[in-house]
Amino acid sequence: MKAPLLSLRGLSKRFGRVAAVCDVTLDIAGNEFFALLGASGSGKTTLLRMLAGFEMPDAGQILLDGQDIASLAPNRRPVNLMFQSYALFPHMSVRTNIAYGLEMERRPRAEIAERVAEMLAVIQLDGLADGRPDQLSGGQRQRVALARALIKRPRVLLLDEPLGALDKKLRTAMQLELKRLQHEVGITFIVVTHDQDEALVMADRIAIMKEGRLLQCGTPHEVYEHPVDRFAADFIGVMNFIEAGRGRSLAIRPERIRLFPETADTITEGRVIARAYHGLDLQLHVQTALSPRPLRVRVTSDAADRRPVAEGDSVTLGWNLADTRMFTDQEETP
Amino acid sequence: MRQARSLVLMAPALIWLFALMVVPCALVLALAFFRRGLYGGVEYTLTLENLALVFDPLYAGIFLHSVRIAGLAALIAVGIGYAAAYAIAAMPRRYQPALLFIVVLPFWSNYLIRTYAWIVLLNREGLITQGLRLLGYQGEAPSLLYTEGAVITGLVYNYLPFVILATYAPLARLNPEIAEASRDLGASGWTTFRRITLPLTLPGMVAGGIFVFVLSIGNFITPALLGGGQFQMIGNLVYAQFLTANDWPFGAALSMVLIALMTGLLMLQTLASNRARGGATAEPRDG
Repeated sequence: MKAPLLSLRGLSKRFGRVAAVCDVTLDIAGNEFFALLGASGSGKTTLLRMLAGFEMPDAGQILLDGQDIASLAPNRRPVNLMFQSYALFPHMSVRTNIAYGLEMERRPRAEIAERVAEMLAVIQLDGLADGRPDQLSGGQRQRVALARALIKRPRVLLLDEPLGALDKKLRTAMQLELKRLQHEVGITFIVVTHDQDEALVMADRIAIMKEGRLLQCGTPHEVYEHPVDRFAADFIGVMNFIEAGRGRSLAIRPERIRLFPETADTITEGRVIARAYHGLDLQLHVQTALSPRPLRVRVTSDAADRRPVAEGDSVTLGWNLADTRMFTDQEETP
Repeated sequence: MRQARSLVLMAPALIWLFALMVVPCALVLALAFFRRGLYGGVEYTLTLENLALVFDPLYAGIFLHSVRIAGLAALIAVGIGYAAAYAIAAMPRRYQPALLFIVVLPFWSNYLIRTYAWIVLLNREGLITQGLRLLGYQGEAPSLLYTEGAVITGLVYNYLPFVILATYAPLARLNPEIAEASRDLGASGWTTFRRITLPLTLPGMVAGGIFVFVLSIGNFITPALLGGGQFQMIGNLVYAQFLTANDWPFGAALSMVLIALMTGLLMLQTLASNRARGGATAEPRDG
């Protein structure tokens, strides 16, 4: 890996008796789409606010191109934040909102006008440039917030739950849109999200945070296929856990379990207690003797058509040991 | 159905306001167009003399003087009150109710008693002078009481809580991320206040200022007690016409001009607070 653009060294922050962020060390490369993933209270937003300059770390460094920016005020960092609430200025037009950051840089009038027009074209809101934020839909406001931060051409763009306020359909479309945009502008994006699907779809790399600590950092494939512990395995995607004795559990993904296998390392019998059709695939809950919780099984529609199963049917399940992982049980499993 | 029910529910209030507010006001207004009786009382012949007299330099001067005092009181109260409201809104949420409670605490004592307390403070050998003496001041005590400054001080003191409450609401409602966004985009703390916080809370400031102005310009207790015996303000003049000079028609004419002024300002205030509601919260209109 070449020299990182952004380098966090032992960052810590306490609020009273709560350690919000605890000794986080992390390198982020230029042009990377990075996701900070965690449940609420995991410290991901505090970490983001330290990068933006709204929280001072108690310890550690934030190196941007090798320079420690941890003590710089927010208005003196080449880093911009897109707020979860979008935080558009309600008394200004869309155009003035977007121009605000350049005005603060005291850019010449002509340059501001030109760059704002460019930005309006990128977010496709030319026609609404003179409207107020409260006249826009949620999706349009999100784009204005994005444009307002991007127009500054920051070294790093921070996004706090950027799609959180949108409805599901728009959110899915915007995931790919954000990724395309990040490619186009060539700016490092750091996204905070609690939505593991979102992180898997958008990010080049994901950092999973838990109780203020960095639990695992890797590509979506790495964190999905090789979770470091039981918590990470449970947090990303769906995982079946089968008690294996001596405080250990065997873990297997629903899509790795096969229905009526011809050969498999492990074969077990069960009864279908719930069945949900999702179009692309079929999800089954199968009660077996292996665990008190039913196993979740995911079968492609294709396979399900070849051998239909109904609720109450007895089925044979099988999997290969290569597809399983063994975890030590943790006491503080949520 | 719903309209009929709300009419029934509103009826007591409407009747009350009509009988005790609209009718007396109309009577006062009517009175302004009659002639003063030779020995007091009212002579029922129509005239515009009373209204003309209001604009006589002597009385117009008192009017302007009142506007000046009320205007200064409003400006000072807004300055002090906005700063206090800003500080309260910046405190941790859990302390804010207690601080607002302290702000309205003076209302628990009577207006007259509060104003009398200022006499004790401002008197020639009052608490302030005694305090100066303790610090070693030997010279002539300054006359603080019975000055324009004393009247303005009394008015500001009495109406400050209104300004704090009127400006606290929009300040507390402001999404803190909006000011943070301004900092994030490169603005200093002062620029953020000037371009973001102030414009978004200005309607509350205007509303609070008009409130103080309207309450001050009609006030007659504070100028009477702290301003000495002169006709400091228009309220005293009206008071005198009705109770000592026995010139009810002229008193009514003065009241009429005062009421017109206040109505205009209160309409402005309503406009300002409506704009405040539209601007600061910015509720989404659709998805």
